[in-house]
Amino acid sequence: MRYPAFLQRIADRADVQPVRILTFSINGQAVSAREDETILSVARENGISIPTLCHLDGLSERGACRLCIVEIKGSPKLSPSCVTLPRQDMEVITNSDRVLDYRRKILELLFTERNHICSVCVSNGHCDLQALTTELGMTHVHYDYLHTRHAVDASHERFSVDHNRCVLCQRCIRVCEEIEGAHTWDVMGRGYLSKVITDLNQPWGESTSCTGCGKCVQVCPTGALSEKGKSVAEMTKRRQFLPYLKLMRGDESR
Amino acid sequence: MDEKEVDRIKVNEDRRWRLVNRTMRLHGHQPDALIETLHAVQESFGFLDLDSLKYVAESLRLPLSLVYGVATFYHFFTLKPPGDHTCVVCLGTACYIAGSSNILKTVEEQTGIKPGETTPDRKLSLLTARCMGSCGLAPVVVFDGEVHGKMSSASVLENVGRLLNHDD
Amino acid sequence: MTIEELQDIGKIEKEKQEGFKYRIHVCVAAGCLSSQSGLVKEALEKEVARRGLESWALVKGVGCLGLCTAGPMVAIEPDGLLYQGVSVSDASDILEALGGPPVNRLDCSAHLPFFARQKKIVLENCGRIDPESIEDYVAEGGYGGLYSALRTMTPAGVIEQITKSGLRGRGGAGFPTGLKWTAVSKTKSNVKFVICNADEGDPGAFMDRSVLESDPHRVLEGMAIAGLAVGANYGFVYVRAEYPLAVKRIRTAIARAERLGVLGRNIFNTTFSFDVTVRLGAGAFVCGEETALIASIEGRRGSPRPRPPFPSELGLWGYPTLINNVETFANVPPIIRKGGAWFASIGTEKSKGTKVFALAGRVNNTGLIEAPMGTTLREIVFDVGGGIIGDRKFKAILTGGPSGGCIPDQFLDMSMDYESLAQVGAIMGSGGLIVMDDSSCMVDVAKFFIEFCMSESCGKCVPCRVGTVQIYNLLKRITEGGGKPSDIQLLEELCDLVKNTSLCGLGQTAPNPVLSTMRYFMDEYKAHIEDKVCPAGTCHMNPTEESQ
Repeated sequence: MRYPAFLQRIADRADVQPVRILTFSINGQAVSAREDETILSVARENGISIPTLCHLDGLSERGACRLCIVEIKGSPKLSPSCVTLPRQDMEVITNSDRVLDYRRKILELLFTERNHICSVCVSNGHCDLQALTTELGMTHVHYDYLHTRHAVDASHERFSVDHNRCVLCQRCIRVCEEIEGAHTWDVMGRGYLSKVITDLNQPWGESTSCTGCGKCVQVCPTGALSEKGKSVAEMTKRRQFLPYLKLMRGDESR
Repeated sequence: MDEKEVDRIKVNEDRRWRLVNRTMRLHGHQPDALIETLHAVQESFGFLDLDSLKYVAESLRLPLSLVYGVATFYHFFTLKPPGDHTCVVCLGTACYIAGSSNILKTVEEQTGIKPGETTPDRKLSLLTARCMGSCGLAPVVVFDGEVHGKMSSASVLENVGRLLNHDD
Repeated sequence: MTIEELQDIGKIEKEKQEGFKYRIHVCVAAGCLSSQSGLVKEALEKEVARRGLESWALVKGVGCLGLCTAGPMVAIEPDGLLYQGVSVSDASDILEALGGPPVNRLDCSAHLPFFARQKKIVLENCGRIDPESIEDYVAEGGYGGLYSALRTMTPAGVIEQITKSGLRGRGGAGFPTGLKWTAVSKTKSNVKFVICNADEGDPGAFMDRSVLESDPHRVLEGMAIAGLAVGANYGFVYVRAEYPLAVKRIRTAIARAERLGVLGRNIFNTTFSFDVTVRLGAGAFVCGEETALIASIEGRRGSPRPRPPFPSELGLWGYPTLINNVETFANVPPIIRKGGAWFASIGTEKSKGTKVFALAGRVNNTGLIEAPMGTTLREIVFDVGGGIIGDRKFKAILTGGPSGGCIPDQFLDMSMDYESLAQVGAIMGSGGLIVMDDSSCMVDVAKFFIEFCMSESCGKCVPCRVGTVQIYNLLKRITEGGGKPSDIQLLEELCDLVKNTSLCGLGQTAPNPVLSTMRYFMDEYKAHIEDKVCPAGTCHMNPTEESQ
């Protein structure tokens, strides 16, 4: 697991110590893992799918979207699998009715928060949020729509940001800080008034720190960040660079 | 404004920055000085403007967006200049039970502004607070930093009227 | 410094004060200050000087005397007289009455049960010592606990006493303090931190504020003992910027303690060093959560991160960190001085010691109280609190603020301890108690708290960020007369979701006030939804707006 930068140097200390291998079970299937691997990555290695939104391979974990929650036998609490490390003989259940029900409701909440109308979105058909509805079997929203209104910022010459589509996963912030090293993006405000911003809440085009690398656009799960001049069919996200970077950074710290 | 006056203002400006600079020096210009520094800026200038945020970000070598994010996360900080006087209505639990929402409504009606706003003549800013810790005296209203306890709509209006008609 | 020198400082101070025939204690904590007790103190001093009684009567500013509603409070020692609602013009009468019959119109004896039913450990010095004088604290045995911990005990021995005492965290969750200390002491690291959480964000609570304003050295001593026990040399006090007086007093206290050599380098001529720094909060309730508080001290947005790893392993700047609340630290010096067994003899089986409560709302005596664990709600509301204002009907008492619950009258005889409160759907919380009478609408109260949690949510995890808004909108609709019968089920569903899937304590407890009011006051919800009537008459119902 990659912690945020400020924790990583501590976590890295584990590398000078021998890493133990332990065994536990996911949905009754026996699996083995390094002690510093998360439940999520072990599950995926073993072909067990767990839905995620704020998680992206190569970026630090936040444990914030709560879609990857799993049940651990003996604990009344649900644990986010992206930040939970396995213990010997732990019994993890990723697909109980309780978990599936909560995941669907959380996804519904996300859909009520801002404007996610696929038919008029540039990312229609290439959207992580949209794909999640199929994966979780969410057919309708039974809460009231909040639909807070936000402006669209198209001041950047190549990209634009539509806050109405933003799910506040902070992938753009993390890729910009952790990989590009620019830290152009951050969040302002708090709670339901949170909003991602560039620099001092300036138009993106006026940002002095943005390098124009476009990584934020590529990691954005929805149509919030998009390239200008692309049609709906063309607006695919190219994330090939991430596993490569992850590998390089892994080598560096090991 | 004559030249002397301008100089005087500049000196005052410097003095205010001195507190800010001292705070950053005290913390060795480390990233963790950010919140303490923002407190110093707000104490000196009454609010945080974009120029001072930029200055703090550069001095502490922090990304601009991070500084802006921190400044807007904490509700104690304000990015808008306050009016000459402030009226803070406490909306803590004890004050709420004692009817502070009615007091707030009355003040809103009289001044025509909502919490977080300042009257057009810049005389009065209306704010709300989450508990001043003076629950024994609920409902509490703070005028210009002075806590007044056991307030009623009438007594608050009287104070607000006094502040609005004050010429200083 | 040796123990003899410390005792000498105390003795000299005590003799100096006892040299005065009369000592006039004026409360200078924030509650009384805002009712002009500062001017009262000045007037009394002037009056003493005018009468030339400087060597006979001493006017001393002291911390909170407890009964905030009757401020400004003045106490006359050694007579044990207590005056309430003192104004500047009363100064001469008070001095006139010294040695004779008391000033009847200021008499406070009607409030006697308020004081009689309390037991003070944390507040033992409040209202007795000058919070800005370290000598006064030393005269009451202050820093003696630190001395014996340093010179006569091992760190393990200190932790053993704390464990034996059964002390549990006073910040809300009630985690055993001994266990926490053990965890931090066992983590290997050259650098460790001790943090005192004084970010009292719970609206309606002012215990931490009063303790810091009335007896700041007690907290510092507790922190230093904790530092010794877990092996930390640095401490932080994270205190709300909304409490300027508490900030000032704790800063003064640190400076005085350093000058006396009971904080800083080589405390009591040992190799132990402990430095304390004050850090200001900036108005974020979520910073009461350990990991958010750490983020805030590091200068970042106060967003919590998932635990584990716990701060005891990975805390401030990645180092092992012990975080306790003000009241928890304030309990430490007496435990070390008198032993864990003494502390364990007070309270109930699983909840030991006393608890400080901030009593407010619709009771006659509002203020700061301390009662042994296991005291019943009835004793607190009707004996200490003096009953409901205007003899109205008691409806509910709210504990634990926005994370707690409303307890209705059928549980009035319930004992106040961690387990009993959890059983009825409330929590001990930090100790805010808000009493409500029949003029309060419970749906409105639930709306008030969820609005609080909604605006205090950091926005990191989805259930808390969006779920609280959804709950708020439903309650708003209900209190405005637009509620639908299906809303009840929707509320229950959303509360369950937010409670079980949120990242941190704020989200996990945010639905508590809604759930507990739905549990005990469903008839009020039904009245709002079905009959479009607010039984308490608080809500402005406007059923035409959006009904059905």
